Amino acid sequence: MADKTLLFAYLLRLADDQLILGQRLSEWCGHAPTLEEDLALANIALDLIGQARALYGYAGEVEGKGRDEDQLAYLRYERDYANALLVEQPNGDFAHTIVRQLAYAAFMAPYWRALTGSKDATLAGIAAKAEKEVAYHLRHSAEWTIRLGDGTEESHARMVAALEDLWRYTGELFEMDETAQAMAEAGIGTDAAALKAEWDSTIAEVLAQATLDAPEVKHMQTGGRTGRHSESLGHILSELQYMQRAYPGLSW
Amino acid sequence: MTAAAAETGIGMARPAAAVGTARQRAWDAVARVPDPEIPVITIEDLGILRDLWLEEDGRVVVAITPTYSGCPAMLLIETEILRALDKAGFPDARVETVLTPAWTTDWLGEKARAKLRAFGIAPPERASTSKRALFAEAKADCPRCRSSDTERVSEFGSTPCKAHYRCRACAEPFDHFKCI
Repeated sequence: MADKTLLFAYLLRLADDQLILGQRLSEWCGHAPTLEEDLALANIALDLIGQARALYGYAGEVEGKGRDEDQLAYLRYERDYANALLVEQPNGDFAHTIVRQLAYAAFMAPYWRALTGSKDATLAGIAAKAEKEVAYHLRHSAEWTIRLGDGTEESHARMVAALEDLWRYTGELFEMDETAQAMAEAGIGTDAAALKAEWDSTIAEVLAQATLDAPEVKHMQTGGRTGRHSESLGHILSELQYMQRAYPGLSW
Repeated sequence: MTAAAAETGIGMARPAAAVGTARQRAWDAVARVPDPEIPVITIEDLGILRDLWLEEDGRVVVAITPTYSGCPAMLLIETEILRALDKAGFPDARVETVLTPAWTTDWLGEKARAKLRAFGIAPPERASTSKRALFAEAKADCPRCRSSDTERVSEFGSTPCKAHYRCRACAEPFDHFKCI
């Protein structure tokens, strides 16, 4: 029987990753470059928010203090959020959004696949759904990376700039802290560091076709898992949580 | 997760004959609920309806599974199920969402596939085995002229479960039910 506190923390960070990226992506709704892309980004956001809901709901059960998915999403402060820094980064231009999506989906595809074998049956069930969804997210961002990288001078330059800006946030995805380690050892979570080789090869394959190079990063940014976020998260939460903060308990 | 749904695994959970008429009546009422976004097929056709049982106090419990994690139709489907049960004489029913086994397009029967095609939606191909191939593209025949000369416009269509295609032969734009 795994430590409930650790399991709760683990589920919460996984949920936070999906919710924050889903919230970010939903900012594109009505603003994407084409109608098809508007639908695609909204669909991906919807998948992520759906995954987050399942994870928050289960986290609330594990915690056993009567908190539901809404309370976990709407009533925690910035420092209580444990999402990776990558997912809270601003959408920027379309190139930034695509680079962020590529880096994240290429990581989550093997991650969810590993979690389908989790000893925690509920988590394995959530992973089985998410694995199928993230395959589409990865293909979407990979195709755009190639189209833009191997596109015009302008689109190529924008992809180079986006890689420069965002690559420093990719290292954190593979970090194994105490919580992650304990969950991996219990057979509930998985060793993220061990997924680096697959991530590298997926990224290399896509970037090569896109005529792009992954930048050399000397110092990877970190801190999200312990609640030390970039200034972006506060802005996301102020929008995400506004209604429940202003009118506690409000429902549709 | 209920025993009945677990035993059937892939495929529809059908009520066992021995369970009696109350369950059968409840099942029949629920099975007729249409999918809100594709009203030509029912939630039974789609494989969303996984199981149904009666609790000791006679209350009906229905187990449904989402096609996609964020499927926005789930709440409406739940409401429609409760309404159908209430009408059939089963008030105070409850709907549970189950995630395991994960929904797959393989649960769509031939009847459902034919209904989709007639409605203008290209049904999914059988068992998607290529999901790890990064650039694999599902082929879809045009539901209007049946030509296989089609192209994908976007992998994300009007609902989470559909992709957007176009027929090169007759120029028809159409939805393709994604394989998952």
